Amino acid sequence: MARFAGVDYLLIDSLFSEEELLVRQTARQFVDERVIPLVRDCYRDGRFPEELIPEMAGLGFLGANLEDYGCAGMNNVQYGLIMQELERGDSGLRSFVSVQGALVMYPILTYGSEQQKQTWLPKLQAGEAIGCFGLTEPGFGSNPGGMTTKATRAGDCWVLNGEKTWITNGSQAHIAVVWARTDEGIRGFLVEKGTAGYSTADIHGKLSMRASVTSSLSFQDCRIPLDNMLPGAKGLKAALSCLTQARYGIGWGVIGAAMDCYETARRYSLTRKQFDGRPIASHQLVQEKLAWMITEITKAQLLALHVGRLKDGGKAEAAHVSMLKRNNVAIALDCARLSRDLLGANGIMDEYPLMRHLCNLETVKTYEGTDHIHALVIGERVTGVAAYK
Amino acid sequence: MKIIVAIKQVPVRDSVLQVDASGKWIRESELSFEVNEPDAYALEEALQLKERYGGEVIALCAGPARVSQAIREALAKGADRAIHVESDDLGAADSLGIARLLASAIRSEQPDLVLTGLQSDDLGYGQTGVIMAELLGFPHSTIIMQVEAAGSSVRVKRELENGWFQWMELPLPAVLTIQSGISKLRYATLMGIKKARTKEVKRLSAAELGGLAAPVLSVEKVYLPQKTKETQMLDGTPAEAAAALVEKLRFEARVL
Ligand SMILES: Cc1cc2nc3c(=O)[nH]c(=O)nc-3n(C[C@H](O)[C@H](O)[C@H](O)COP(=O)(O)OP(=O)(O)OC[C@H]3O[C@@H](n4cnc5c(N)ncnc54)[C@H](O)[C@@H]3O)c2cc1C
Repeated sequence: MARFAGVDYLLIDSLFSEEELLVRQTARQFVDERVIPLVRDCYRDGRFPEELIPEMAGLGFLGANLEDYGCAGMNNVQYGLIMQELERGDSGLRSFVSVQGALVMYPILTYGSEQQKQTWLPKLQAGEAIGCFGLTEPGFGSNPGGMTTKATRAGDCWVLNGEKTWITNGSQAHIAVVWARTDEGIRGFLVEKGTAGYSTADIHGKLSMRASVTSSLSFQDCRIPLDNMLPGAKGLKAALSCLTQARYGIGWGVIGAAMDCYETARRYSLTRKQFDGRPIASHQLVQEKLAWMITEITKAQLLALHVGRLKDGGKAEAAHVSMLKRNNVAIALDCARLSRDLLGANGIMDEYPLMRHLCNLETVKTYEGTDHIHALVIGERVTGVAAYK
Repeated sequence: MKIIVAIKQVPVRDSVLQVDASGKWIRESELSFEVNEPDAYALEEALQLKERYGGEVIALCAGPARVSQAIREALAKGADRAIHVESDDLGAADSLGIARLLASAIRSEQPDLVLTGLQSDDLGYGQTGVIMAELLGFPHSTIIMQVEAAGSSVRVKRELENGWFQWMELPLPAVLTIQSGISKLRYATLMGIKKARTKEVKRLSAAELGGLAAPVLSVEKVYLPQKTKETQMLDGTPAEAAAALVEKLRFEARVL
């Protein structure tokens, strides 16, 4: 089994604590030993590797940066390093962990009642329950504030009507965090699998994120107890605060995908010979691509680490995370394309991870705020003028 | 059972090595380090013995400040506490000198069992464990694949050559050097890593343990292997040849 030696051009490892490096080592070994051997087949078969859930839970990967209720209480850099290693394996696996931790456990911990926390967090941490996050609708993606899913009060129930789509972990989930419009604005609700009026359907035909489950959720007069509203989640900003958590993890995760692409291409360029038996690495145009990739990966690492330290210090803002997500996804996608190119025909094969990362990263560019939307967030931050409409 | 596991930190396998200015050792400044693989199995065996029979596992590690990483890993995996024998100049020491320091740290703990890996991946002497046993006056056994407690003694399975094994019994306290690959190594879980923060690490200087003796054995020269091209023909049936090839690709070429 090949061991990943890491990508560290600028001695960035010297900026991590001993404990942070140990966390990364655990995640790195897990990905080398348990994920990489099966991920190609999962992707090919369009299957999420559910068998990895108990082990990831046992290692503490689910809700790793949250405190209490069985969570590991890691700092945000440690959490980021876990995301990096998981996405080096596959973006689908990282998505699963992102959704579970940042989009399901985080809102329950932050906005839930004590009862909700005690019921769900230990199970979600242990991987005994799976969660999903339903914000996007068929008509409202980049602009979730326009959502039409409604929750109306009827006696001792909330009645949900509407449809969510593109929901990661949707049909797998025992519990869905669903955002819906009420008389008092947008609120978050917990909907349990099996509730009458709630059904899911998987989305087929994806050429990206094939090792991840993506579903539509449908609510037709779906009645849930009043207690299933997240008491603290008021307004769209509560939903967006969850996205900030998940986007932060994506900013680290995609570095892992970029590292895998770069390292695959670097190695290949040393062994593949063309023109007078010279390795293609000896050609200037090839070196330029490798130099570009390692430079961008290094910048991405520093950006992620800095935002991580800010987050640990309570100083990271959503607009900081937008820069992290947008920049790092963009360079990861470019690294995937460049390294695919450097492998020539071999680059299109699933024997190598490049096309898989490339296709996955197309989703990562879109979800959790598209590249455009994050440009607009940054633009608003520096001009004070919102340009979404 | 009170078990001490001596672990060493060595350069990460497959590191790109460069000979240092003295010509007697490798340049350590640019290297990453990890727990010596056989020692990782020794730790795993100790943790499994504790799970089966109860007791305490103490990690013992000699070396400069950087070895605190190896100690933290052992604590995160489940060792109860650790002893760090602090010394910056173990590079020049020989097995006898290091075994003396370790034995002196072990003596006051009065363990039932001392485990080490059968050898270190950097120097490969395979001496430290057995010399330590002699210094402690404990019986020892090497290349151990399985350990079972039997009252005041242990029954152990030793690896011999050519797929042969030997079962033998040793009275406690004893020193065992453990073979690599005998079990599945556990990961350091995030909860374990967090717990390690509060575990005790006792720091002892070499001076407190009687000092590091001048080596009786020293390295004269370190050099990179001279590359020679060699063709090997694999005989046998296609199935046998394929098995031999896979073995070579995995363990010699290390590409699988
Ligand atoms: C595999 C996968 C998993 C997903 N998982 C989840 C999930 O778990 N939960 C969830 O709620 N959602 C999820 N999503 C949905 C995702 O968040 C949305 O796809 C995303 O928000 C974009 O919405 P859209 O697809 O409707 O695109 P649109 O909003 O229609 O955007 C299409 C294009 O128009 C651009 N655009 C839109 N508005 C503007 C503007 N004002 N200025 C400039 N450009 C603009 C966009 O940038 C984009 O290029 C997932 C999506 C995928 C593909």
